[in-house]
Amino acid sequence: MTTETAQIGWTRDQMARRLALDIPNGSYVNLGIGIPELVARFVPEGRTLIYHTENGLLGMGPSPAPGAGDPELINAGKRQVTAIPGAAYFHHADSFAMIRGGHIDLCVLGAMQVACNGDLANWSTGEPGAIPAVGGAMDLVAGVKSVFVITQHCTKEGEPKLVERCTYPLTGRAVINRVYTELAVIDITPRGFELVELSPGVSFEYVSERTGAPLLRL
Amino acid sequence: MIDKRVQGPAQAVADIPDGATVMIGGFGEAGSPIELIHALIDQGARGLTVISNNTGSGEVGLAALLRAERVAKVVCSFPRTANSTVFPDLYRKGRIELELVPQGTLAERIRAGGAGIPAFYTPAAVGTPLAEGKPSQTFDGKEYLLERWLRADFALIKGRCADAHGNVVYNKTARNFGPIMAMAANVAIVQVNSIVQPGQIDPETVVTPGIFVDRVVEVAQPLHESELVAAGASYP
Repeated sequence: MTTETAQIGWTRDQMARRLALDIPNGSYVNLGIGIPELVARFVPEGRTLIYHTENGLLGMGPSPAPGAGDPELINAGKRQVTAIPGAAYFHHADSFAMIRGGHIDLCVLGAMQVACNGDLANWSTGEPGAIPAVGGAMDLVAGVKSVFVITQHCTKEGEPKLVERCTYPLTGRAVINRVYTELAVIDITPRGFELVELSPGVSFEYVSERTGAPLLRL
Repeated sequence: MIDKRVQGPAQAVADIPDGATVMIGGFGEAGSPIELIHALIDQGARGLTVISNNTGSGEVGLAALLRAERVAKVVCSFPRTANSTVFPDLYRKGRIELELVPQGTLAERIRAGGAGIPAFYTPAAVGTPLAEGKPSQTFDGKEYLLERWLRADFALIKGRCADAHGNVVYNKTARNFGPIMAMAANVAIVQVNSIVQPGQIDPETVVTPGIFVDRVVEVAQPLHESELVAAGASYP
């Protein structure tokens, strides 16, 4: 298929699979809406993760069978989900105590921009007339132990999403630990963006040219 | 004898005045007290401040209250939904005020209101546009923002079951803001699918103790927002 041959680097599923490899067994994980949700499909066999959804469920399971769902059992994306055996429900203040209090091990989010100091912008373009909506993103990045971003390396217009400094309104300051794109896995370190791994067939120079701040290699 | 039962939604919301601050439970449709909201639309109070996580779907429930132009201001974390243009239209026309609050800060401000804590520090939103105008302080080398409590005149909440003492249990993720809003409102009104005799809810499983609840009203078969929206329903 032409779309397959045109793909440079990892597909979305492969990005999610690559990220899932880095989540230790037994982690409490909050997955953002969209590409981050894919990660749950690719957890390596033998590992069990407990999924937290900020609207009040620890132990979130997959989507229900058609017709078997409950409109009052949903995830943060407001889609129907299930609860695994051993799940727990709780109110919103407890849910965000889990987040803010450092009890959640990992959060995976999408991004508009990530800066080389770990700043994240993922909630607003700041355009006039846009309806601002932030949800739980600012609490998640402020409180969860590790925050990973999964995103395309560049915007649809070809602009780098990994930048020297975010131009969109921030979600949080110096909060991102690692970024997974279709081209590479990149850590945020005190020295800036540092390459962890290239996707197959992609050169360091190719990634570096598409990154809006210096990319270091170990 | 304590009996917090009221006859129906209309009676439950009859005394909400113009200009009141009303907390409305729910995250998306889960926990949205549609029948109480529709009764509030019928009742006619205007100039309300609504504290709720979202701004409703379609043209029913919370979105219908906004569409009827009864709400002057919303305090909210996520006022966008895929299937509602009510809030965006009002907001762009300048006909409604928005106070945007990170979701966890919204929850904690409500919890603090109910717990008698007038202000607290949180790390959420430090360095972002939502920190503007808020005092900050450094504790142990990390910066935090000062946030104020939220209180309300009334709270409209949906539970699954209550007793006449006002003890409430919820359904799954419909619990969300219900327990903390009940604490933070002067008058907490809870609609439930069924009201039982005191003693029929195991005290070990009570989620909201009756001290936080003023009125319980039975709505045996509550409407589901997603079904109404799918059917193209509009209220009134």
